[in-house]
Amino acid sequence: MDPMAEIKATFFQECEEQLVELESGLLAMDAGDDSSETVNAVFRAVHSVKGGAGAFGLDDLVHFAHVFETTLDEVRAGRLAATAEVVKPMLRAADILADLVRAARDGGFVDPARCETSSAELKKITGIEDTAAADDDGMDGLVFQPMQVALPPIGDAPASGAPDLDIAALLAAAQPEPEPAPAEPGGWTLTFKPKAELYKKANETVLLLRELARLGDVEVELDASELPLLPHLDPEGSYLSWNIKVRGPAPEGDIREVFDFVESDCDLTVAPIGAEGEDASGLSADDVAAIASAEAELDIAALISRAQGGIAETSEPVGQSSEQQPAPVIAPAPAAPVAAAPAPAPAAAAPPEGREAKAAAAAATIRVDLDRVDRVIDLVGELVINQAMLAQRVTEAGMARASSVAVGLDELEQLTREIQDSVMAMRAQPVKSVFQRMPRLVREVAAVVGKQVRLVTDGEGTEVDKTVIERLTDPLTHMIRNAIDHGLESPEKRIAAGKNPEGVVRLSALHRSGRIVIEVADDGGGINRERVKNIAIEKGLIAADAALTDEEIDNLIFLPGFSTAATISDISGRGVGMDVVKRSIQELGGRISISSRPGLGSTFTMSLPLTLAVLDGMVVTAGQQTLVAPLTAIVETLQPRRADVSNLGDGARVISIRGSYVPLVDVGLSLGYRSEPLDAEQGVALLIEGEGGRRAVLLVDAIQGQRQVVIKSLEANYRRVPGIAAATILGDGRVALILDIDALVAASRGTEAPRMLQAG
Amino acid sequence: MSKTILTVDDSRTMRDMLRMALVDAGFKVVQAEDGVHGLEVLAGETPDVIITDINMPRMDGYGFIEGVRADPKHRAVPILVLSTESSPEKKMRARDAGATGWIVKPFNSEKLVDAIRRVAA
Repeated sequence: MDPMAEIKATFFQECEEQLVELESGLLAMDAGDDSSETVNAVFRAVHSVKGGAGAFGLDDLVHFAHVFETTLDEVRAGRLAATAEVVKPMLRAADILADLVRAARDGGFVDPARCETSSAELKKITGIEDTAAADDDGMDGLVFQPMQVALPPIGDAPASGAPDLDIAALLAAAQPEPEPAPAEPGGWTLTFKPKAELYKKANETVLLLRELARLGDVEVELDASELPLLPHLDPEGSYLSWNIKVRGPAPEGDIREVFDFVESDCDLTVAPIGAEGEDASGLSADDVAAIASAEAELDIAALISRAQGGIAETSEPVGQSSEQQPAPVIAPAPAAPVAAAPAPAPAAAAPPEGREAKAAAAAATIRVDLDRVDRVIDLVGELVINQAMLAQRVTEAGMARASSVAVGLDELEQLTREIQDSVMAMRAQPVKSVFQRMPRLVREVAAVVGKQVRLVTDGEGTEVDKTVIERLTDPLTHMIRNAIDHGLESPEKRIAAGKNPEGVVRLSALHRSGRIVIEVADDGGGINRERVKNIAIEKGLIAADAALTDEEIDNLIFLPGFSTAATISDISGRGVGMDVVKRSIQELGGRISISSRPGLGSTFTMSLPLTLAVLDGMVVTAGQQTLVAPLTAIVETLQPRRADVSNLGDGARVISIRGSYVPLVDVGLSLGYRSEPLDAEQGVALLIEGEGGRRAVLLVDAIQGQRQVVIKSLEANYRRVPGIAAATILGDGRVALILDIDALVAASRGTEAPRMLQAG
Repeated sequence: MSKTILTVDDSRTMRDMLRMALVDAGFKVVQAEDGVHGLEVLAGETPDVIITDINMPRMDGYGFIEGVRADPKHRAVPILVLSTESSPEKKMRARDAGATGWIVKPFNSEKLVDAIRRVAA
């Protein structure tokens, strides 16, 4: 990839992180957190976005970020209190900033009117009306103007155009200077007297002279007349000055630009050659003071070395000062104060310790390519399989369980498990990244439907596999939309019901028995069961006389084709119902359930596996083949009696379980391992529940046991096989196929030929 | 021998851009993510020039510059400030802390190399 494009990609990635920081910071401020740490983090987020955007010439973004930053700077400086009237517009601005970033990345478009409105809103709260004035911390056009001039790329452009101009140079440029070109363009004569501060900031006279030498022929004369006697000499003082002639056509601006960085730390005069007489400047009051105060803190050892250097330097340059090569001549002079190290250190800013320690803990992370992590996960999967194989070989070899080999293997197994868990944890991420998208959604949906909503999140730190997180966003988005649109009542109704007009949607996550449980709860009116039932009857989803429990009615909303909204609002009624949510959760190996109490609200509970790389499976045998059924799908296992099984013709069978008939799927037959159906009484039945709560019974020859298996994609390694979800490798080295429960259930319903593999 | 430049910036984008520009110009680049990290890096490195951002978490540019100047080993290293801030008072503060020079973002590599040449021995 082109390096610039790569950096740009990094920039957008970083923007996303900053936007998350920004939003969580603003939300914290909204909740009353006005610590400088939070405000600074928010400021930095916007500032970073602006800085990077500038580098890539994303002007819209820079402009908006700038207005935003200006407002934040007011808050940061304590001139503006972070009240709700200030934070709310900022939250809206954060949304627009996010849109602008995405537009810049994906080539989209953000309505300029929205930006304008938000900009105006921000400017209003800071009280800054004018864009130009807002552009630089209250500075007037002085600074703003040259920045504009700097926009076209300039290499050796005149100093007045360089964007890194110093204020002194700016003032010089801004001063009415109608006679920039001297009468005689032959050159300039300079007097330069550095102050001690110049060296303290690591500037070097020799380098300045070297820069001057780039502009023309240079004559340098050292003036060491102010060098005091040894007892009076401050090793860190500055006693030398220079008279310099630069011959050539260089304009005065170029000459002054050389001294740009040191302007305030030296006495400098620049005059056209021939007019130098007036420029001879004496000792400034500062210097006298510096020398005087220097006497107080003498360091003898440093002084001697300094004096030695000083002598060498005074004896040489005086005679050679008019030479063309200034650098070697003056080199010792500026080096000396630098070399004199053991001086009192300037007051150092010790970082606030508590804060530092806290931040250090947060920063102890590294970024690793996902591919590398996945590679490790793959390898650990192999290791687990290999370890299982080894264990099996040892058993086959007839080793006693108490033998040292078997004991060693047990330890290896434990280690392997631990490694596996640790590696899985590397892919785990807190659900925070998904939860953080929700506040914005809530704001937007609430605004559209005209309800007051407060989102409460809990357990953001709960970790789950990255893939699960990525695929959680859509279902969660939909459920929250539903909770606000359908779950919560309008403010008027809430008041009438004696509730707070502001509805609460609670989003929480927690770990429970090796799975992650995510709940979306609202404190709305609960499910209107009568209405739900009527709709289901209307749509022909249930029989008109069906007797359903409350729970069964609640679960009707998960049926495909069900939509409770009387009018299709543009929030949730997009043809995507809860059935889609349920399906996406199930695709992740999860389950979803609902509980609702009239007048008190509804709670949707999702339970998901922590990882998609391993699976708890029931290992079974069907027609001499070893297969794995996902444990989550299995409701119970049973030993069928012949009397319970009825033939329906065409080979289809049903089994009666506690009075209801469930299709019986002969796994060996369905997958083509066997041509004759298995006698139900010879096998074991697994009652399974698939998509949409549809049940079926899988008939297998035998159950081997329950085991955690590493999932290997069959599609990636071979091809897609109907009825098979994936594969795994067992301890004996054989490949075992993992059953696709939903496909088997669907097949059992007669929607497709049950003998899927026989055709192929 | 090529010069070593330490860059201190919390933005990955900026770090990448600085690295690209500086490596292209033949410098050896060492990077740090904020002031605290910068001082840590300095314990093991003696760069010829330091380029630092101002707005950073943990320790900002001013604190970092003061920290460098307080260390006898590094007090003479030229420090260039690279920041979007261009107001005189911000520059003054950086200068008071001990900054050698100033580069305003967005920068181009020419400007950057130019500024380094001006302060590097």
